[in-house]
Amino acid sequence: MFQDTFEKYNWDEVRTSIYSKTDKDVLRALSTTKRDIEDFKALISPAAAPYLEQMAQLSHQLTQKRFGKTIQLYAPLYLSNECQNICNYCGFSFDNKIKRKTLSGIEILQEAQYLKQQGFEHALLVTGEATQTVGVGYLQNSIKLLKDVFSNISIEVQPLEQNEYEVLINEGLYAVLVYQETYHKDNYKDYHPKGKKSNFNYRLDTPDRLGKAGIHKIGLGVLIGLEDWRTDNFFTALHLNYLEKKYWQTKYSISFPRLRPAEGLIEPKVIISDKELVQLICAWRIFNEELELSISTRESEVFRNNIIKLGTTSMSAGSRTNPGGYTIEEESLEQFEINDDRSVEEIINQIKKTGYKPVWKDWFLMKNATVLALP
Amino acid sequence: MNDNLIIADTLFSSRLFTGTGKFGNHLTMEEALLASGTELVTVALKRINPDEEEEDILQHLNHKHLRLLPNTSGVRNAEEAVFAARLAREALHTNWLKLEIHPDPKYLMPDPIETLKAAEILVKEGFIVLPYIHADPVLCKRLEAVGVAAVMPLGSPIGSNMGLKTMEFLEIIIEQSNIPVIIDAGIGAPSHAAAAMEMGADAVLVNTAIAVAGNPVNMAHAFKMAVIAGRMAYLAKLGTVKKYAENSSPLTAFLS
Repeated sequence: MFQDTFEKYNWDEVRTSIYSKTDKDVLRALSTTKRDIEDFKALISPAAAPYLEQMAQLSHQLTQKRFGKTIQLYAPLYLSNECQNICNYCGFSFDNKIKRKTLSGIEILQEAQYLKQQGFEHALLVTGEATQTVGVGYLQNSIKLLKDVFSNISIEVQPLEQNEYEVLINEGLYAVLVYQETYHKDNYKDYHPKGKKSNFNYRLDTPDRLGKAGIHKIGLGVLIGLEDWRTDNFFTALHLNYLEKKYWQTKYSISFPRLRPAEGLIEPKVIISDKELVQLICAWRIFNEELELSISTRESEVFRNNIIKLGTTSMSAGSRTNPGGYTIEEESLEQFEINDDRSVEEIINQIKKTGYKPVWKDWFLMKNATVLALP
Repeated sequence: MNDNLIIADTLFSSRLFTGTGKFGNHLTMEEALLASGTELVTVALKRINPDEEEEDILQHLNHKHLRLLPNTSGVRNAEEAVFAARLAREALHTNWLKLEIHPDPKYLMPDPIETLKAAEILVKEGFIVLPYIHADPVLCKRLEAVGVAAVMPLGSPIGSNMGLKTMEFLEIIIEQSNIPVIIDAGIGAPSHAAAAMEMGADAVLVNTAIAVAGNPVNMAHAFKMAVIAGRMAYLAKLGTVKKYAENSSPLTAFLS
């Protein structure tokens, strides 16, 4: 399990090491062809800031070589905002006195039909953590309902057990996004004082359980705004390296969610500038040419327009982050405030204008095929 | 001279096969494919979207001379591949199939064991199977034995543009094969394609190098010419390469 690898590192030492990278380290990282995690440290370090344009050019080339001139599209579909966790950065936090809502089967289909009409084939199902109402059975049923609507179904829900993941994969689940939020173990507890999510190690080993269950894709990332983003991204890279070697049949994606305003929320402790976020995205691409990099509507219109060429491979569009937000309860409480509220059509046109092809569908459900048993 | 390529009783006058992914839009893709002169284009089943009427890729491939070669990209084992193949046959009304099984999503390395297993089943089900594989001469013979229509060994990893890194093994495959050898993956420049054809490959498959080029249409045309040139050179028999200049005072001169 990743815990064993993780325990060998010390947050402060890693942080110092990143901040002491020099010009020479950055140039080496840019000029070599096979890059290791020390190169990644250099690329995310302050020393790399003057090389941003070079990094952007390289990231652009590498991304086009692997992914072509395409951007994949997906839509989040929030199923529930019920949550037993207290997380002081999240709108769904248990102590937040908001109206709770969990979609029924009919409501799920209604929301799905709306997204389908917009053109979406890839859906990301999102919930809080409320095992009584939104447990494995609920998720399984949701996938069962939606696999005839969408070609590709991912989830971003509470961490589950390996056998629970196996059930969902057999039902047609493609990917699981599970963000550690922060790898700063000591401070993790401050952000997640109550609920199952406060168990740092259980969350940390979730990708291991997913890998063992034979999932097609795992999405990793940290919430930028909690702790030093450079150090947190180093640990994400460490996690990725570990997973890629161990679960080599699984694909990986990285996201860069920046803390957005939401009701009852703490102020970000750390602010990442647009420039730094671009540096981070380019650093990831240069470090790992095959990685999928995803950008949500947390980011602004201008930022998203320009990031298309800089390494991104997938985007959400026209998103709502509240359950029923598309067709049922358009005004109910959202998880975070959307920053790019353009319509799907506007975003499609922007992608095309940039010279890229929007890809709606890149999967088919292998309904009759069984999941490959992994050693 | 008649120099057509025949695969499963089908005649091809172009030895350049192409892919359809990675293009910035369908129109550029269509134009590039037409400029390339290709007659066989591979399409990922996972990208086929019947719900997307407006931008359906198939509309742009609807040319009489273009034969579709659906591929099973995305599957990880023989069982999934067989499922995908049947789906492709239904969706695209063709029994031609590019069998690709890469359980490794990072470098997209083909799985030889699962590929052989799937090929055997699919040939029996009446598919014309073109498997994407490593440049492994023994695997090629094994696939030939189960009845695939051609083999498609890789020059280097897919999308890498690195050229013919597997050259030595490709030469053995070409020497030993009784079925057409199509060099697939890694061909990054027209010069690579020409080199493959000069070696005696029956055809090459190119996607990334055309799709991601600054001008895909011109690049497609360049590939067309390179493949023709390479083939012509192969048929004309290249002169032998001399590694040393001939010595003006030969060591064996005393013998004459």
